[in-house]
Amino acid sequence: MFLRRASVLLIALGFTLFAFVMAGPRAGLLVLVGLGFGLVLEGLRFGFAGPWRMIVTDRDGRGLIAQLIAIALVAAVAFPLLAANSAELVPAHAPVGIAMILGAFVFGAMMQLVMGCGSGTLVNAGSGNLVGLIALAGFIGGSFAGTLHLGWWTELGAFPVLSLQGMLGAQFGLIATLAGLALVAAITLARAAPGKRMPPRRLWIAAALIAALALANLVIAGQPWGIVYGLGLWGAKLAQAGGADLGATAFWAAEGNALRLSESILTDVTSLTNIGLLIGAFAVMRWRADPGAQTQALTPASYAAILGAALILGYSARLAFGCNVGAFFSGISTGSLHGWVWLIAAFAGSIFGIRLRPLLLRPAATKGAYA
Amino acid sequence: MSARLSRPLVAILALGIVLAILALDLATAGAPDLFTAPPAIALGSGAAPTGAHCSGS
Repeated sequence: MFLRRASVLLIALGFTLFAFVMAGPRAGLLVLVGLGFGLVLEGLRFGFAGPWRMIVTDRDGRGLIAQLIAIALVAAVAFPLLAANSAELVPAHAPVGIAMILGAFVFGAMMQLVMGCGSGTLVNAGSGNLVGLIALAGFIGGSFAGTLHLGWWTELGAFPVLSLQGMLGAQFGLIATLAGLALVAAITLARAAPGKRMPPRRLWIAAALIAALALANLVIAGQPWGIVYGLGLWGAKLAQAGGADLGATAFWAAEGNALRLSESILTDVTSLTNIGLLIGAFAVMRWRADPGAQTQALTPASYAAILGAALILGYSARLAFGCNVGAFFSGISTGSLHGWVWLIAAFAGSIFGIRLRPLLLRPAATKGAYA
Repeated sequence: MSARLSRPLVAILALGIVLAILALDLATAGAPDLFTAPPAIALGSGAAPTGAHCSGS
C-alpha cells in the first residue's frame, strides 16, 4: 500500500517537475491544475455525460445542478476579470453555425455511447476504464480528422462570433448568463424526482473545486479550460511523424496552429492540463485500496462501435468548437453565445444517444462479465 | 477481454500512450526553448495569451 501510494506521488509530482524544468513555470503550474481536475473529477465523481443521462433516464438532476453551480461560480469571477484584463485574458468565444450545431448534436449522441465526454474520456482512461482507453484513441484520431475538414464545414454557414458581453456589456452579460443558468436549473428541478434534486455535499465541494481550478486555468494560461485542441494536436503530431504534410492544410497552416505543431506539446496549454488530468485520475484509482472492477465486458462488435463512436466524438467536437468543457463549461462561463446553443444541441443529441446505447452496446455472453 | 485487463493495467496503458506521444514529440520537435517561455502567470504579465483553444479563440 505504502509503495503503491509513494509511486503515485512520484509520478504526479515527477511529471509536474519535468514540465517545470523542460518548459518553464507556467507549464508546471498548468500540469498541477490538470492534476487537480483529475483528482476532483475522479475522486469526487463529478462528471458531465453521466448527469445528462441521469436526468433523462432516472429523473436525477443532482449532477446537472452541480454543473450549473460550477459554471455560475466561474462566470461570476470570469466576467469582471475578462473585462478588466482584456489584453492578458481571452474568453472561449466561437461562432454559431450549421456545422457547430450539427457537431454539438452528434457529440451529445456519441458521448452517451462512449460513456464519457472530453474530460470524461481522459478520466475514464486514466482510471483504468477499458472503454475510456478505446475512446481516448478514437477521440485523438477524430479530433485530428476534424481539423482537416473544418474549413469546409464552417463554410456551410455561420454567424459572426457573438457574446453576451458584446451584446449587453460585461455587467448585464453576467446577469443574463446567471439568469440563463437559473432557468436551466429550474427546468432541471422541475424534471427531477423528489429526493433527486439537490446535490449531495460531495458534489457541492466538487463544483466549488472545479470552479476554482477553471479560474486558475484562466489566470495562469490566459485562456479558459479546454480539452479538444490538445487531443487534436496529439493526433496531428502522430500524423506528422508518419510523414503527413500538414502545412498544406488550412487549419495547421494557420499561424497559431502551425506554431503549436512545430513546438513541443509541453508548450501547449490544453495538452498540459489534459496530461495532468489523466495522471490525476490515475492517482485516485491507484490511491484506493481497491481499484474497482473493470467495466462490464462487451461483445467485440460493441467495442468496435465504441471506437467508431469515439472517432465521431472527436470529429464532432472539432466542428462544434469544443466539448462539454471548452464549449459548454468554458463557453457559457465566459459569455459565448455558442456555449448556449451547444448546450441545447448537445442535450438533444444526448437523448438520441441514450436510445442508441442498448442497440449498439451489448454485454458479452460469457461467464464472469465483470473482472 | 475486459476480464483480463485490470484497471491498473489499462490505466498504465493509457499513461504509456500519452508518454509515447510526448517522447515522439520531444524527439521530433525538440525541447522547448526556456528563454522564450511565457511568464508563470498570464494575469498581470502584460503579455497577450498565445495558447490555442478548442473554441478557436
